[in-house]
Amino acid sequence: MYDVAIIGAGIVGCSTAYYLSQYDLKVAVLEACNDVSMGTTKANSAIIHAGYDPEPGTLMARHNVRGAAMIKQLCRQLDVPYSQCGAMVIGFDAKDMDTIKTLYDRGIANGVEHLEILDREETHLLEPQLSADVQGCLLVPDSAIVSPWELALALMETAVRNGVELKLNNRVEAISRDDEGFIIKTSEGEYRSRYIINAAGIYSDKVHELIGEKEFTITKTKGEYYLLDKSEFTRASRTIFQCPSEVGKGVLVSPTVHGNLIVGPNAEDSDNTDTTYEGLQFVRKAAVRSIPFISFGDNIRNFAGIRAKNDRKDFIVEESHSVPGFYNIAGIMSPGLSSAPSLALEAVDWVGSKLELHKKAEYCESRKKIRVRELNAEERNELIKKDPRYGRIICRCETVTEGEIVNAIHGVIPAVSIDGVKRRCNAGMGRCQGGFCGGKVAEILVREKGISPLDVLQDQRGTNILVRELKVKHNV
Amino acid sequence: MKELICIGCPRGCHLKVDEENDYRVTGNNCNVGAEYGRNELINPTRTLTTTVRLTEGVHHSLPVKSASPIPKKDLFKAMAELDEIEVKAPVKCGEVVYRNVAGSGVDIVATRDLD
Amino acid sequence: MFDVIIIGGGPAGLAAANKCYKEGLEKILIIERDNRLGGILNQCIHTGFGLGIFKEELSGPEFAHRYIEMLKDTRVEVMLDTMVLEINKKKEVTVINKDGYQKLQTKAIILAMGCRERSRGAIATPGSRAAGVFTAGAAQRYINIDGYMVGKRVVILGSGDIGLIMARRMTLEGAKVLACVEINPYSGGLPRNIVQCLNDFDIPLYLSHTITKIEGKNRVEKVTIAKVDERFQPIKGTEMEFDCDTVLLSIGLIPENELSKVAGIELDKRTKGPIVYENMETSVEGIFACGNVVHVHDLADNVAMEAEKAALGVCEYLKGRKCEGAIEVSTYEMIGYTVPQHIHLPLDKDRYDFFFRVRKVFGPATIYVKDSEGTVLAKFNRQYIIPGTMEKITVPRVLLEKGKGNLRVSIEEK
Repeated sequence: MYDVAIIGAGIVGCSTAYYLSQYDLKVAVLEACNDVSMGTTKANSAIIHAGYDPEPGTLMARHNVRGAAMIKQLCRQLDVPYSQCGAMVIGFDAKDMDTIKTLYDRGIANGVEHLEILDREETHLLEPQLSADVQGCLLVPDSAIVSPWELALALMETAVRNGVELKLNNRVEAISRDDEGFIIKTSEGEYRSRYIINAAGIYSDKVHELIGEKEFTITKTKGEYYLLDKSEFTRASRTIFQCPSEVGKGVLVSPTVHGNLIVGPNAEDSDNTDTTYEGLQFVRKAAVRSIPFISFGDNIRNFAGIRAKNDRKDFIVEESHSVPGFYNIAGIMSPGLSSAPSLALEAVDWVGSKLELHKKAEYCESRKKIRVRELNAEERNELIKKDPRYGRIICRCETVTEGEIVNAIHGVIPAVSIDGVKRRCNAGMGRCQGGFCGGKVAEILVREKGISPLDVLQDQRGTNILVRELKVKHNV
Repeated sequence: MKELICIGCPRGCHLKVDEENDYRVTGNNCNVGAEYGRNELINPTRTLTTTVRLTEGVHHSLPVKSASPIPKKDLFKAMAELDEIEVKAPVKCGEVVYRNVAGSGVDIVATRDLD
Repeated sequence: MFDVIIIGGGPAGLAAANKCYKEGLEKILIIERDNRLGGILNQCIHTGFGLGIFKEELSGPEFAHRYIEMLKDTRVEVMLDTMVLEINKKKEVTVINKDGYQKLQTKAIILAMGCRERSRGAIATPGSRAAGVFTAGAAQRYINIDGYMVGKRVVILGSGDIGLIMARRMTLEGAKVLACVEINPYSGGLPRNIVQCLNDFDIPLYLSHTITKIEGKNRVEKVTIAKVDERFQPIKGTEMEFDCDTVLLSIGLIPENELSKVAGIELDKRTKGPIVYENMETSVEGIFACGNVVHVHDLADNVAMEAEKAALGVCEYLKGRKCEGAIEVSTYEMIGYTVPQHIHLPLDKDRYDFFFRVRKVFGPATIYVKDSEGTVLAKFNRQYIIPGTMEKITVPRVLLEKGKGNLRVSIEEK
């Protein structure tokens, strides 16, 4: 019997697991996919919003501002790539400048610090590559960028080291309850738990309805992106937003913590993550309004993510009305990433209201990663002397060594696929997109896991890259 | 009159072959083209390159080729035969690993040293 | 202190090292990131190599083997499994391998890093991120080196040579190659490869078409292709669907110049490789470049010949050749670029070779070399020129000496 079962290992589930793992509780995380952060968390703009956008008084406003501050601290503690590069909301006309004033006021009301409204000249001085049509901006120095999947991984790895049980490949299929608590049937087995935290992202309404009444509806909204080569990194030194409209925050252009430039998203109701010709065209056209000379020929990857919009226009953070002991953290659309740790504290409060919470006597709260490319010559040599695999570069675009790949495969949450390795150490994330190193990473996976090459996955289950061994004697 | 592109070298000459005139070839820039044009209509041949299974070595796959071109129609037959063979490491580049592939009289040779 | 460090042990690096050795250089080092020499040749098991250099038709591994054999009895040093992290104008080469991280000193450098394949992102092909989309070279490695098949029903996007070669290879291994789809109105590959890789197996080539959608949940299940207009935009109503589990991309190669950039070497926007002089010297004195790192070649033999030129350039440089300025070679419209882009003064070679590619298919045409006043210095007639093959013109010094100022190369249809 677990005290708490968290359903979903996205950024909300991972944050919740992390904070609950500080207490003497038996916690399980049930995740449908073969890795953490496989949904919205791995495919979004990767921005930690400062919190000027949500309406004052909303849950969004509160959690965004608090969450953003927590993430800054967490990233330092857990060794997660983070950069407070700042942001600008740019305006093209008087109407936009009015919106910018509104955003400024909202930001002040929400408690966002350091906001400034800049005129045309000041704006262009800071971001010289902006379109000449830009008339001014809201400057947001506290806005930041992060590696969302690494943050989720770091949180969950730490939770697991502190005793949380992560059950991957467990799609929740049925939930019932008896006197002691919930019985959760998954694709792999059965789990019993006193309380449930529903952090199932775009499936959170469906998961709730496995046992509860229909209380909210999630609409899946797709956003498509371009990720450009490092040669485009310097197009903008901050995240450049256009003024938000009815359809969303609009298309942004932003540096990433990995040294690339991200451009997107559009907003389209859709339940798949396929990019479309029209969607990508839209993103391109919108982005060049902000920065005209973005070189889309230097694109290295397109992707789409699905945001979990809900019908209440605010986060759903509450105990189910129909199922006591079942808590929803649902409909976590933007600024969900920024809010996640703060939302997790709500979960801690819920559990605390039911069970007496005791901090663990022994608790590890930090994490350190080996990133060879960030070391100086001396440190590298020391490391290579200990383990020569840190001297063997496998991914040359991102300078990732065999040692780091092996670490990813044997980590606290082991990578089980080529993309899983990529999310942990960046191998294959660069300009050749694994063209050179994909085969080598596959080889290392085969060796380290003792699996057949036929079982090497690109990403999720079913994404096998090889179909047949050649020249095998036919057994006639 | 048949029009062909010569595959004798990367130049890719545009050939014309006159079937009614003893397969006379025009458009070629060298003898390879004349020979190719004629052969292509009478008995087209290709060099087969593929891999065979290597055992007792670090690698499992040995690149090989037919020592000379074999009839084009026999390519798949040759592939089927080569699916069945195993070669023991070490192998030297140029070593014959299979004789008379698809009854063509042509041998299959290794194209790489592999231990 | 090395006389020359050669970065890359593929065809360019091997040929350069051999030539440097033959010319009497003493301290030569090849740095190769893989665990064996040969580079991409090792996975190019098809024939078509060597006609230019060895006067016989060899497979890729055999071509590499010839050079590796030649190196065996020399004092040329080789560092395998070693990655160059940085080079600079002082000709320090920073490397990392299992022995550690170190700086090597050399008098000259030859860049021979080759190129990489353009990936799906470069052309922003829409659709799902399902497994089963490979660059042709990556698929080639899985099949030829590892011995595993990457798919059963294949659509190939792009008609570059590697894609064409893989169409044949996969067909021979039992896959069904449904189509080869090329966005240009002409193929980017060699004509011989169209014949022996596509036509031999009745694989249709769709010119002026592109993939507009890739579908599939886990593995590719279907692709849609469409005809494109002159601006390469898909034309509605021309869509065709193919049920397939694999897409191979053969959509071009890009010279690999991250090291060159860091060293401050000037690159040519058109070739994406270093701007070079007739002796293959880059804008940084004493750093030379050859092969696909300079411009994408059609043949390994041409790579090797260019490498020999770079080797000779290094030898002259080490002997203290002095130059007095240079003239520039510009191009006009349908000539994509020239290599070299500059030639040193004084003109001291008997003849000067210029390599280039055209931007469309030409029937009978004349290539002109003019000086800055428009005077024709040399002209060359060609029956047929296509973008898929690299073209070469050789201009005798006596003709160049007549010219004033810079040179311009152009082409006119007859």
